[in-house]
Amino acid sequence: MNDELTIPSGAKETLPTVFGYIGIGIAFGIVGKASGLSPLLVTLMSIITYAGSAQFVIVSMLVTHSPMLSIIFSVFLVNSRMILMSTTLAPYFKRESLLKNVLVGTLLTDESFALGMNKLNYTAGRLNFSWFNTANVISYLTWIISSLVGAVLGNFISNPEKYGLDFALVAMFIGLLYLQLISDKSIKFELQLTVVGFVLVAIYLGLIFIPSSLLILLVTLVACTFGVVMKHVVF
Amino acid sequence: MSSFNFVLFTIIGTGAVTWLSRIMPFVILKKFKLSAGVVEFLSFVPIAIMSALWFENLFVQHIGQLPSIEWGNLLASIPSIVSAIIWKNLLVIVIVGVISLGVLRLLLGV
Repeated sequence: MNDELTIPSGAKETLPTVFGYIGIGIAFGIVGKASGLSPLLVTLMSIITYAGSAQFVIVSMLVTHSPMLSIIFSVFLVNSRMILMSTTLAPYFKRESLLKNVLVGTLLTDESFALGMNKLNYTAGRLNFSWFNTANVISYLTWIISSLVGAVLGNFISNPEKYGLDFALVAMFIGLLYLQLISDKSIKFELQLTVVGFVLVAIYLGLIFIPSSLLILLVTLVACTFGVVMKHVVF
Repeated sequence: MSSFNFVLFTIIGTGAVTWLSRIMPFVILKKFKLSAGVVEFLSFVPIAIMSALWFENLFVQHIGQLPSIEWGNLLASIPSIVSAIIWKNLLVIVIVGVISLGVLRLLLGV
């Protein structure tokens, strides 16, 4: 990564994350098809809902014939972390038009957010529409095409887990987290590690009694509070 | 599986709530400024969310009991971390991770 905020640099820096979308997109298509969704509906879900892990939640709830409103509410809970990410990101786009702000938000993902946060460490805290939108659009198109391919492949493969493809997303988070830890100089490294350790304990204990749809959001809120307190008290 | 229309409306509904979660902060913060305290709080969001998304995949939930360990994901995380430290390259990390889990499943059936 460098300090260039152009369309070519956006494309180049998004490329590594594309493989994560391909792996999970194909896996999603296969799972959707195996659960009885047509390739058309699989693709429509990727186009309209566009929500990675939440799409797996939708499919599993459709299979168990859950009411529409409870599916929508679950997806809202799973994706409510988007509110936090958008809130974190929005100040960097204050000078851009409202339309551009809405466009950046519309196609925001966990990965493009993480990529943008990494990029900040190279650009002295600047982001712009061209760079971010490039990352978003590439991710969006890759996701749609991969899930369509997966749905078609689903005629031949029924068990995507066998090939380890489902780990692409986890590996991506490990990579993005590590790159963030070593490049973010705004928070002390020891403090960042302490927060990561806190998250591990909070996830482990939270899993005992908090539904997984809410867990990510709650743990993130508590961990951020913990981070602020530690910063003032210890670090 | 449910009817085409049921699935379609579900997709539209889930799309709407997801879209609103994504754009509302952008729309609201166009007019308002965050206080220094909130900005400090939000500065922890990236590492907190990324580690939460990772760690959640290392366990299997059993409500009311301690979670069990997802051995495949836990073991495959080790080569992923090592490759992150050595190469600092996202593409390499993802490829190493996927191959690791594929090999682990093949050899150990985890």
